[in-house]
Amino acid sequence: MIAYLIRRILYAFPVLIGVNLLTFFLFFVVNTPDDMARMQLGMKRVTPEAIEKWKQQQGYDKPLMLNTQAAGMSKISDTVFFEKSVRMFVFDFGYANDGRNIAREIQTRMLPSLAIALPTFVVGLLLYITFALFMTLFRGTALDTLGVALCVFLMSVSGLFYIIGGQFLAGKLWHWVPISGYVGGADSIKFILLPVLIGVVSGIGASGRWYRTIFLEEINKDYVRTARAKGLSELRVLFGHVLKNAMIPILTGVVVVIPLLFMGSLLTESFFGIPGLGSYTIDAINAQDFGVVRAMVFLGSVLYIVGLVLTDISYTLVDPRVRLQ
Amino acid sequence: MMPVVLWTDAMIFLLLATILAGAWHIRKWPHLMLPWQRVATSSMGMVSLLILSLFIMVGLLDSLHYRIALPDKNNGQTVYSAEVVSAFDALASGLKNRTEKTYSAPMAVYLYAKESMETPGGEILRDHPRLRFGGAHLQNIERDWLGDVVQKAVYGALAGLLLGVLLIAAVWILFLRQRGDHLPLPKITDSPRKALLITTLLLATFFGAVANLAASYHVLGTDKVGQDVLYLALKSIRTGLVIGTITTLVTLPFALLLGVAAGYFRGWVDDIIQYIYTVLSSIPSVLLIAAAVLMMQVTIEMHPEWFETSAARADVRLLSLCLILGLTSWTGLCRLLRGETLKLRELEYIQAAQSFGVSSPRIITQHIMPNVMHIVLIAMVMDFSGLVLAEAVLSYVGVGVDPSTMSFGTLINAARLEMGREPIVWWTLAAAFGFMLVLVLAANLFADVVRDAFDPRLSHKN
Amino acid sequence: MNNLLSVQALVTALNSGTAIVDDISFDIAEGETFALLGESGCGKSMTALSLMRLLPDGVHLKQGEVHLANENILTLPERDMRRIRGGRMAMIFQEPGLSLNPVMTVGTQIAEALALHQDMHGAMAEARCAELLEQVGLSDVQRRLRAYPFQLSGGMKQRVMIAMALAGQPKLLIADEPTTALDVTIQAQVLQLLRNTQQQSGMSILLITHDLGVVAQIAHQVAVMYAGQIVEQAPRAQLFAHPAHPYTQKLFAALPHASSAGHALAAISGSVPALGSTGVGCRFAPRCDQAWARCHAEMPGWTILPNKQGVRCHLYDTNEVSTTRQPPGISASQAEQGSSHKGTMSDGVHPQHSSTNYLLQVENLRVHFPIYKGILQRTVGYVKAVDGVSLAIAAGRTLALVGESGCGKTTVGKALLQLVQPTAGSVRFAGNDLVGLGAQQLRVQRAGMQMIFQDPYASLNPKMRVAEILQEGMDVLSIGKNSTERQQRIDELLDQVGLAQTSKWRYPHEFSGGQRQRIAIARALAVNPSLLICDEPTSALDVSVQAQILNLLKTLQQELGLSYLFISHNLAVVEYLAHEVCVMYLGRIVERGTVAEVMRAPRHPYTRALISAVPHIDGSGTLSPCGIETVRLEGEMPSPTNPPQGCYFHPRCPHAMNVCRADYPEATHVSDTRQVHCYLETTEKAKQG
Repeated sequence: MIAYLIRRILYAFPVLIGVNLLTFFLFFVVNTPDDMARMQLGMKRVTPEAIEKWKQQQGYDKPLMLNTQAAGMSKISDTVFFEKSVRMFVFDFGYANDGRNIAREIQTRMLPSLAIALPTFVVGLLLYITFALFMTLFRGTALDTLGVALCVFLMSVSGLFYIIGGQFLAGKLWHWVPISGYVGGADSIKFILLPVLIGVVSGIGASGRWYRTIFLEEINKDYVRTARAKGLSELRVLFGHVLKNAMIPILTGVVVVIPLLFMGSLLTESFFGIPGLGSYTIDAINAQDFGVVRAMVFLGSVLYIVGLVLTDISYTLVDPRVRLQ
Repeated sequence: MMPVVLWTDAMIFLLLATILAGAWHIRKWPHLMLPWQRVATSSMGMVSLLILSLFIMVGLLDSLHYRIALPDKNNGQTVYSAEVVSAFDALASGLKNRTEKTYSAPMAVYLYAKESMETPGGEILRDHPRLRFGGAHLQNIERDWLGDVVQKAVYGALAGLLLGVLLIAAVWILFLRQRGDHLPLPKITDSPRKALLITTLLLATFFGAVANLAASYHVLGTDKVGQDVLYLALKSIRTGLVIGTITTLVTLPFALLLGVAAGYFRGWVDDIIQYIYTVLSSIPSVLLIAAAVLMMQVTIEMHPEWFETSAARADVRLLSLCLILGLTSWTGLCRLLRGETLKLRELEYIQAAQSFGVSSPRIITQHIMPNVMHIVLIAMVMDFSGLVLAEAVLSYVGVGVDPSTMSFGTLINAARLEMGREPIVWWTLAAAFGFMLVLVLAANLFADVVRDAFDPRLSHKN
Repeated sequence: MNNLLSVQALVTALNSGTAIVDDISFDIAEGETFALLGESGCGKSMTALSLMRLLPDGVHLKQGEVHLANENILTLPERDMRRIRGGRMAMIFQEPGLSLNPVMTVGTQIAEALALHQDMHGAMAEARCAELLEQVGLSDVQRRLRAYPFQLSGGMKQRVMIAMALAGQPKLLIADEPTTALDVTIQAQVLQLLRNTQQQSGMSILLITHDLGVVAQIAHQVAVMYAGQIVEQAPRAQLFAHPAHPYTQKLFAALPHASSAGHALAAISGSVPALGSTGVGCRFAPRCDQAWARCHAEMPGWTILPNKQGVRCHLYDTNEVSTTRQPPGISASQAEQGSSHKGTMSDGVHPQHSSTNYLLQVENLRVHFPIYKGILQRTVGYVKAVDGVSLAIAAGRTLALVGESGCGKTTVGKALLQLVQPTAGSVRFAGNDLVGLGAQQLRVQRAGMQMIFQDPYASLNPKMRVAEILQEGMDVLSIGKNSTERQQRIDELLDQVGLAQTSKWRYPHEFSGGQRQRIAIARALAVNPSLLICDEPTSALDVSVQAQILNLLKTLQQELGLSYLFISHNLAVVEYLAHEVCVMYLGRIVERGTVAEVMRAPRHPYTRALISAVPHIDGSGTLSPCGIETVRLEGEMPSPTNPPQGCYFHPRCPHAMNVCRADYPEATHVSDTRQVHCYLETTEKAKQG
């Protein structure tokens, strides 16, 4: 099992290299640095000198992959690819267009992101599973049908409307909580409340229905019949037997996103003015700050791969077949 | 008039042709018909299909593009307008052309903003001016407005109902002639037909009322530059449909070929394909899409000479968005198909074929592909609603469609900025919300019915 | 005797109204084993689930009364019913592999039942768990308590299921096909365990089964079910001696056995009717060759014969019996039929073939699958699925390859067809070695050898019509000049396997299991093979349908001169169909010889155990002792990854000697046709020599 985990972790490296090459291709080969410079400087007042200057500032004035003029190791290291892509492996992301260090910015912005994403994730998961178990318990009855109908309805509403609607109702009509902004420390709770609530509600439809499907699939298996034949009550069958087995497929989808919680949510953060990584990404996209976007892409993949490894580890916790073989 | 075939138009009609050809093919094979017959026995499925087909009709009309010839000629050559319009625009020209100055509420007769006006007496007065088109025929607003609205709604509803009845009668006559049935009055006993009938009549009545009102009022108000919101919402439908369908069309070949190849050949082929999709799926999809769209934007802006009209440019951007969405989202289906193929290849009918020496390509096309098609179909219908929702989010984030393309995302984006006004400008948002909800809900319900009908794990005894 | 369970007029129906269990009544006495015998889909499992009130969604109890120790359990509130489930009435199921919760230890699962019904907790419960596991014959109990189901073999899991059922000290144990998923030697162990437990505890058993062999070994009373009804009920011995209902008679007659080898089996035409498709008359009438007009028009009532045997058949209606019809004793007609065919028996037994005209010769075939492990996925070992198998089949003959699941017999079949790549050895077919041929050269040889698979539902592509299925092989191997010729050939093939020509435009799902197997046979025949590899072709079919397929295979062999490699675990079928037998254990052949030699006088201890594990029921329905001392095997087959040192069989062998633990025994030639790999033979021969 240990060997299996080590193999999974080692597999992360070729994947990350793949991600790196892909982003490099996207950002530097599809469009040349000259194109980007023209884009940044505006089409009209662009002179060759200005372009050169911009490229130099950004560090894009080097050859892409191979510096034929340099000698020795710098043939490879003194290139855009090395400076911009390879360095990301040590989390050196360089500087944003506004001159700030991207790595430092990411560090400070992770916390607010997490402050929203983590409670949303935990509360959501508990709520969705409870809701799905409830529907499973009443399967085949009107309550179940009603629950499914509610789910389908809720999942047909765009996430944008949850945020706009929630913000409007809570902030404007009821004056409960500030509709946007963020402060650190204990006061943050009143800024967190609404985004978390909205985040949780917007997921009920899709997740509730998905977990219900998992539970229903599990409840039709033979071992459930055995448990009932033992004389266990339906509730004990559900919690004692079905839930444990259903955790395996649930974990597949859930654990992988845990590390990604650090990345925050693009929409929630930009709507609520949370200074997290999500709003950072959106701002970068709007400002066409390629350095930041590239950094976020890389960070996202690293976290995703961490999530994959965590998923494997979590299997060993719930599934004895994985743990003991 | 010069017909213009935009890229997405071509794709849409290609897709339509494929679906029609598919339907023609399926009609001939009872075992292919079987799951569709199950769909047809579901009231929910048929009603949602009816509603979806209304959306599709609007989308198709909006995909017949052309440019109008300008009246004056240049050296004997016809000069065409730079604006590309569609058959839908021509039909809804009333809606399209009756633009006000700025915002106005639904059914309003006054503008939203106050203006300085000169009264006949010469005084300068700040008040809401009358709209140029909305309710312009009314003489005495206080007295006539409500009565006029009710009257127009009722007349329209009655006309709509009549049309609906005629339509149903026409369908019945065609249906009966085809069947060779000579029942004078067919009994409507089965529930899907009854549900369809009722829905058709309700919709006809509703559309009748709306159409009649829309002729004299702005039913859903107007936006910042005075465009009719109903028109904008209707125009957004095409964008949603294009994103929802063409994206899967792009996804399909990748997912199908790679997924089946990985599952069937295993070994190093599987390793490579798995590596590719792990790399692609390890990048959070919004970021990958954002990065790709940013790069695509740069390319498009660097090459203005590629596009004859701004519509063509916006269209290429829409198509690229579909491509990008497709390229980043094929991994899920690919993984599903790989898993299914791994199971199928161990089945005995595949081994029987192998023992005849049937070649691998032939086994894949004859034995594996037909047996995974239900997964592909289910994935296609299930993905549709997700993609429509994704478009709104992406457009909001700024990596969606061209700002000049009307879409639900751009509608919401524009409307959101006005939420802070007092009194609140709610109608644009409400229109986008309503249209999207109906479209996505119908798609979701239809997808559910299709999945239930095609899923082999559910037994279909009854 | 006191009746423990009394079922009266039980009806269980689908929510759509179709009855699955239709008016069933029976009583089970204390300490008695009551068998409910029937083919798949006759409603016997639903009867059991109705008693437990554990019916799946969409099925409900419509009417009837079930008294357990004089308490009507159908009217109990669900709370009280839960006390009975697992308490006074426990149940075990067919698939032990699926019936245990995979993520809970065996101990916890048993303790759950103890806590519920015995109010035992903590250390006391653990001690009782250990006791129960010992009672069901598991060794190393403390370790087993902490084991998860996947760490146990199929037989052990079924023992755990039984232990769990015994935890509530039930008065009635419902066993739903408890041994169907198990191998014969394990089946014998589990049946023995059930018998012993019953003797100790005095509980009653309701045994649900399709297997007459199981009934013969354990039941006291037997009720035969057909299409939702009980058609006959009698004490076991009486039923086996004088089956009264035509269906029961046919069931016995359809069982293959050696004495019927020369002639066709008395198959029942058609198949079990689909749910809800039954008419007003007797449900068996469409398949019954004694049916007359009344049978189709009127449902027969329940008649008690003078010997207390109950039967649902118009033949035994008192007025009918005395006037028009004489109930035929099946034993008489069967004996007659048997004797009339006696003369043809010899046609199956050809004189010995010289080694030169063997159609297929396999030498030292090995199929090893590598096991990868560790960070670098290095090969750390091999699953030796097939480990040096040699065999030969002459033209027109049938060689049976017999063994339990996991012994590698299916892999042999696939390796012969080159569907899996052999690791070593040679496969000479019609003089050409197939091993290592390229795809193109192999294709030339493909037509000669084809396979028929076990699962008729997985062996036909559901998206192809019968004509396309049959044509595929002809297209690839260029048989038939043009499409007209091929269509003609398809018609011919359908005739040959007994299907209507119109069926070629239909899809597989429109056919029953037996019909699908006919299509699969036609597909194989389409390319004119001279050898068919039949991999358990009848094990997924009901007994009555199995007989049809066996008859067809036999006829085809006579008409077309086909050779068969018949892979099976069912000795009765082998005895009926085969000329020679190879017995496989853990990837190797332990004994080979003609059917008469191996079946009548098995020499290898494993063969003896296999044969003595299954009771022989001959055509007249009497249980005949096989004339071989009963050998009950301990334990189960080891993993082919790590076969035991020396003779692979020695850990389970009652005669194991020191030499057996050291080296694998060489072949001892007992006669021209016979080889045994056993040191008992070597020493025997040494004594004689």
